[in-house]
Amino acid sequence: MSLFLKLLFRNKLAGFGAVVLAVIVVLALLTPILPLHPPNATNTANRFLRPLSDGHLLGTDHLGRDLLSRLMWGTRLSLAVGFAAALVAGLLGAAIGVMAGYFGGRTDNVTMRGVDMLMAFPYILLALAIVAVLGPGLLNALIAVAVVNIPFFARNIRGVTVGIAHREFIDAAKLAGMGHTRILLTEVVPNIVPVVVIAMSTTIGWMILETAGLSFLGLGSQPPQADLGSMLGEARSALITAPHTSIVPGVMILLIVMSVNLLGDGIRDALDPRLRSGALARPMATTRVERAEAPVPKGDGLLRIDELETQFQVGPRIYKAVNKVSLELKPGECLGLIGESGSGKSVTALSVMGLVASPPGVITGGAVRLNGQDLIGAPYELLRSLRGRKVAYIFQDPLSTLHPLYRIGDQLIEAIRVHEPVSHAQAHKRAVKLLEDVRIPNAAARFRAYPHELSGGMRQRVGIAMALANDPDIIIADEPTTALDVTVQAQILALLSDLRRSRGLAILFITHDFGVVGQLCDRVAVMYGGRIVEAGPTADVLAAPAHPYTARLIACVPELGGGRRVMAAIPGLPPAVDDLPPGCAFAPRCEKAQAACRTGEIALQGEARKVRCLFPEVAP
Amino acid sequence: MGGYILKRLLSAIPVLLGITVIVFLIMAMIPGDPATAILGSYATPENVARLNRHLGLDEPLWKQYFIWLGNLMQGDFGRSFALNRPVLDEILDRFSATLILAGTAFVLCSLLGILAGVVSAARQYGLADKVITFVVILGISVPSFFLGMMMILLFAVQLRWFPVSGMYSIWGGGDLPDLIRHLTMPALALSVVATGVIARLSRGAMLEVLRQDFIRTARAKGVHERRVIWGHALRAAMVSIIPVLGIQAGFVLSGAVYIEMVFQWPGVGRMLVDGILKRDILLVQGGVVFIAACYVGFNIIVDVAQAWLDPRIKT
Repeated sequence: MSLFLKLLFRNKLAGFGAVVLAVIVVLALLTPILPLHPPNATNTANRFLRPLSDGHLLGTDHLGRDLLSRLMWGTRLSLAVGFAAALVAGLLGAAIGVMAGYFGGRTDNVTMRGVDMLMAFPYILLALAIVAVLGPGLLNALIAVAVVNIPFFARNIRGVTVGIAHREFIDAAKLAGMGHTRILLTEVVPNIVPVVVIAMSTTIGWMILETAGLSFLGLGSQPPQADLGSMLGEARSALITAPHTSIVPGVMILLIVMSVNLLGDGIRDALDPRLRSGALARPMATTRVERAEAPVPKGDGLLRIDELETQFQVGPRIYKAVNKVSLELKPGECLGLIGESGSGKSVTALSVMGLVASPPGVITGGAVRLNGQDLIGAPYELLRSLRGRKVAYIFQDPLSTLHPLYRIGDQLIEAIRVHEPVSHAQAHKRAVKLLEDVRIPNAAARFRAYPHELSGGMRQRVGIAMALANDPDIIIADEPTTALDVTVQAQILALLSDLRRSRGLAILFITHDFGVVGQLCDRVAVMYGGRIVEAGPTADVLAAPAHPYTARLIACVPELGGGRRVMAAIPGLPPAVDDLPPGCAFAPRCEKAQAACRTGEIALQGEARKVRCLFPEVAP
Repeated sequence: MGGYILKRLLSAIPVLLGITVIVFLIMAMIPGDPATAILGSYATPENVARLNRHLGLDEPLWKQYFIWLGNLMQGDFGRSFALNRPVLDEILDRFSATLILAGTAFVLCSLLGILAGVVSAARQYGLADKVITFVVILGISVPSFFLGMMMILLFAVQLRWFPVSGMYSIWGGGDLPDLIRHLTMPALALSVVATGVIARLSRGAMLEVLRQDFIRTARAKGVHERRVIWGHALRAAMVSIIPVLGIQAGFVLSGAVYIEMVFQWPGVGRMLVDGILKRDILLVQGGVVFIAACYVGFNIIVDVAQAWLDPRIKT
């Protein structure tokens, strides 16, 4: 509860709303004992007194009644009616929703059809129809507003209940012989209370507005009793001659509804865990860079990554996803970057073109040099012109990485035309050619297909075609075959291998599969806990891994004809990179770890073969 | 697509029937006797009985419903006793005014709302986002009728930019510029709340979409950020924005009641309120059925637009 309040008041606007609403509610509660004029005492001699008049702080209305007093009594009434309507609608709607969701089947069907029917009405219209039947009056307006909002609650709560009704603990309760009533009261209802509270707090503002609206039309509270809406309605005829009689109740409605809405938003945000973690932050066009200075280049080459550091900053926590990683890629070379999930290999790859989601990602150090030009902190327009033209990406799951609503042909044409001012027709021709190059059968017809109409393998071919669109020097392939089944995977790898040879592409190939690395890559670098732990020519590393971690990874690859052996899983889990132990990050999972492994920085040693280990399996 | 439209039209039939049932049942719950209401409390019992027979009110309820429904389908909405003319004529006379007002407000709130939502999401936590978020909160909290009254005070009385009320000038009006001058304030006042709601949802939808993988793909291709936001992201976000537009269309259509009262706009909403206050039941009944049917029709348009925009929907 205290956490909830803390979260609520961390949102300043919600805190402001809470305070304003509290003041208004307290004043409304105290109204009967405050020293006010009687709200209905008319005095036609004092009609339309201006605010700050003697004895009438806010002036008087068309019958000479004290506006301050009427405002307070009206506020009291409006608040009471609004809250009551929300309560009635919430309780009845929740009850209907729970019944429909829990019992399902025909109960559900019939109820929800009825609810859908009611929702087919624009709801002010339905409220008008109900008032037309019941006749004007405040209680009738309350009933109308409550009834009109029941479908909204019923539908929301039903959805949540359906989710709960099929969970294990409900089945367990049924097996334990509990009756429906007891299950509903002890298992279902407690779980939906937060949802009802959120729904009420976000709709109560509407209900106050709607009842005020009906009163404004003369269909709610009847004279001499007045809520804020009917005060405004009565004042309308004197709008031009005595505007204060309209402004006073109008501003009060605005204040109440606004503070309720602010508070409601705050409650929703505080109760919705997805928003709480700040997960809804949008990634910016390029990754944020907070770098002191670039390290000096240690050589040339097509692409050089020097001591790259990329972090995720989530609240007070800092996850060092990439920790001083250095890599180098020569023209036409294929470098494999291998590691478990969370080892930092994808983040390294995305950092190259500033594509790490930011927030929360920040590049805090190092350099990425393309033909000697440092790209970290480069202006957006430069990065954009290189993206896809010099360095292209192929991503893992082509269903989520292709735009679902654009035809694949149009996505290809766009990839060409963002970098080259060619005509649409020319781009079209080139795009078809690209599809043929990646061996998509019947390319001209597939051109008009949407991603969801293609198989996984075909989609990934489209992804590759898109990467090839501008004849880039480098392709960064981020687990391009992980989401595919094994035969398709083999085809895609063969395709990449061919394209690489025919076009002289350099490839940075990210994977967790040593089998794939063995097929495709000239050299391989192994990442663990955000660092490179071993690097070298693929054949050498495969034949004689130096780092114990590499050895364990290679042991995970099954071999045909390799005889019966137990597949060796690596015990334990990859480390959390926000709290790395000193020394070797793999030490906690390593059989050979000794005391020295757990202290101090361990350097990456060697030239062609590099390893970060005090007790390597073989000397580098 | 043609088949989908037809399917959608057919599926509207039960909804329309349901609407007539609900309206009929609500109206049947009215206490007292319509014939007495029409003839006044001094009517003789014979006259009341005769009128009841004439109106078919001595039949059982289900039969009354089918008689009423049959009449509706032939365009006979009954006769308004307060206005002494056919209900449908009165509705049609006034509906164009409501349609102009609500239609303009709907276009305004869709454009402004989506614009504000996208800008807000693109500049999340920036100054523009904060300003828009605050204005939106203000917008969805202000009663439209109060806003309308304040606009009259400021723009009509103080600044004299626009006429106070009505749809056309009494003298020498009636052309399009005259209509636009009269329409500006009511349409704006009517659109404010819906704009706020649409802006909020658009912002949420955009933030959701901007985190998707295909946005990263677009950026990796080198697509300019402006096009990423207004092309790739907005196109995908429209899939969740369009249903909200449908709901807001209903809100604008029925919320026109308040604005028509404030600005003396000669539309259906004012007719309904007058009808309720005079207990002119047939007029209210007809008006409610008519507007609800329009809303159903509009929702079909929304669904078709949705299917056209999202090829993943089976058509």
